[in-house]
Amino acid sequence: MSTIGYDSWAVDLAEVGAVYPFQGSEGLMVVLGVVFWIAWHRIQFVREGQHLEKAKRMGDTEKIHSLLEKY
Amino acid sequence: MDGNLNALTTVFTEFYYWVTVVFMFLIHVGFCMYEVGASRHRNHMHTLMKNIMIIPLVTVTFFFFGWWIYWAFPSFPFFGGLNYEAGAANLPWSQNMATNLSDRITGVFWAAFLLFSWTAASIVSGAVIERIRSSALWVHAVMIGSVFWIIDAAWGWHAEGWMVKYLGYHDAYASGVIHAIAGGYALGVIMVLGPRLGKFAADGTPRDIPPHNPWMLTIGIFLIYSGFWGFYAACNIPVISPEGIGGMLTGDTWTATNIYLAPTSLSAITFNFLMSMSGGLMAAYVVSKGDAFWTFSGGLAGIITASAGNDLYHPIQAMLVGAVGVVIVYKLHYWVERTFKLDDAVGAVAVHGYSGVVGLIIAGFLLWGAPSSPYEGFATVNPVGQVVGAVIMFGVLGWLPGFVIAKMQAAAGVLRIPVEVELQGLDYAEHHAYEDAKAEIIAADKAALNGGGVPAE
Repeated sequence: MSTIGYDSWAVDLAEVGAVYPFQGSEGLMVVLGVVFWIAWHRIQFVREGQHLEKAKRMGDTEKIHSLLEKY
Repeated sequence: MDGNLNALTTVFTEFYYWVTVVFMFLIHVGFCMYEVGASRHRNHMHTLMKNIMIIPLVTVTFFFFGWWIYWAFPSFPFFGGLNYEAGAANLPWSQNMATNLSDRITGVFWAAFLLFSWTAASIVSGAVIERIRSSALWVHAVMIGSVFWIIDAAWGWHAEGWMVKYLGYHDAYASGVIHAIAGGYALGVIMVLGPRLGKFAADGTPRDIPPHNPWMLTIGIFLIYSGFWGFYAACNIPVISPEGIGGMLTGDTWTATNIYLAPTSLSAITFNFLMSMSGGLMAAYVVSKGDAFWTFSGGLAGIITASAGNDLYHPIQAMLVGAVGVVIVYKLHYWVERTFKLDDAVGAVAVHGYSGVVGLIIAGFLLWGAPSSPYEGFATVNPVGQVVGAVIMFGVLGWLPGFVIAKMQAAAGVLRIPVEVELQGLDYAEHHAYEDAKAEIIAADKAALNGGGVPAE
C-alpha cells in the first residue's frame, strides 16, 4: 500500500506514468488550490481596506510636507 | 569513456554539475547581502567578512576530510564499519581528487556537495550576527560544513545510507539534511551566545531590530532563490540507465533520479519548486500581515518545507505543503522567541530548521509506502522513519554539537565579543582608521595645492 501507487521500483519505466500521491484526486486538489487562492484575495482585500482606513487618519501635516519635499 | 553515448553522458553530467555549482554560488552571494542588509551600519564589514571566510575554510576542510566522510560513513557506526574502499578514492591524496582524465566527475560532484556545505555554514552565520566572534563562528562553520552535515548526508542522503535503508528516510531536496540540521545547529549556538544588546526589554518583551537596508535584504533573498534552482538540479542525477543504477528497475528507459537513484524528472521538480515557493509566499504574506521580511523569507520556507518530497509531490500538494509549513514556522518562531528569549537575528532557525523538520514529517504521511530506493530490502517511506530522521537531523547532528561546541567556546571566553565592542560596533576600529587615513590624505592634497607643488608620491 503506497500513496504513489508503487511500493517498489521493480518496474519498467516505459510503462510508468504519474507517480504523485493520491492519483485520482486531481479534481479535489484543484478545488483546494483554488479555494486557497480565492481566500488569499479575500483576506488581502479586507486587510488592505482596513489598513488604508487607519492610515488615512494617521498623517501629521508637518511630516507629510517634509515627505513631499523629500520626494 | 568507452563508446560515444557513454562519453556524451559523462561529459553532459560533468557539465550539468558544473553549471549547478555556478548557480549555487548565488546562494552565498544572497546570504552575504541578506546578512549585511539585516545588520546595522556599525557592523557591516565584520558581518560580511564573517560570511565570506566561510568559503575558503569550508572548502579546504571539505577537501581534506569532508568528502571522505560522505563515502566512508553510510553505515558507520551503527550498521557497519567505515567503508574504506569507497572512501579511498575520495581521500585528499587520492589521484581521483586531482586532474585525472580517467575520472571526470569527482571534482564537479565534490563541488556540488561543497556548495551545500557553504550553505549549511552560512545558515548558522545569519542567526548569530552582531555579537559572535568571527573566530568562534569559523570553527562552527567547519564543524557544520565539513563534519556534521556531511555525516547526515552519508546516513540519510546516500543511496546506501543506513537511514534510507532501515528507516525509509526520504529527503530528496534536503529539508532535513541541510536545513533542519543547520537550523538546529544555529539554535544550539544562540542558546549559549545570548541575544543582541537591546533585543529584549527589561520585562523580557522582545524588540524588533529592523534591517538597516530592506532593499539589500530583498536582493539577497532573490539571489538565494536563484541559487536554489541550482541546488535543486544538483540534488538530481541528470541521466542514467537502469543498468547504471543496477537496482530493481527493468527495461531500458533512461531517467533522471534523485540522490537515492530513484526516478524523478526535472519537470517534476520545476513544477514543485515554483508552486511550493508560491504557497510559501502567499501564506507568509497572510500570516505575517504583509511584513516584507517574513513574506520574502516565507517563499524560501515554503520551498524548504516541501523539499523532502518535491521529487514526487503533485504541484498543488507542494503549494499547500509550503503554505501550511510557513504558518507553523512563523508561529513557532515567535513562541520560541517570547518563551525562551532567544535572538534568531535573521529567522534562520525558523526558516531553515523548523521548516525542515515540518517538511520531513509531512513527507512521511504524504509519501507513506512509497519506495525510498530502487534497491531491494530498503524500508518504504513512513511517518515514524521521517520523525526519527527529523530528530536525528535537527537534534542529534544539529542542535547537540552546536550547543556543546558553543558551551566550550563560552567557557574559554572566545564565543562572544565584549559588550563595549558590541555597543561601539564591530567596525569601529577599522572605521576609525579609515577616517584617519582619509583626513591625512585630504590634508596632504590640500597642502600640495596651496604650496603649488605636486602631491607626495
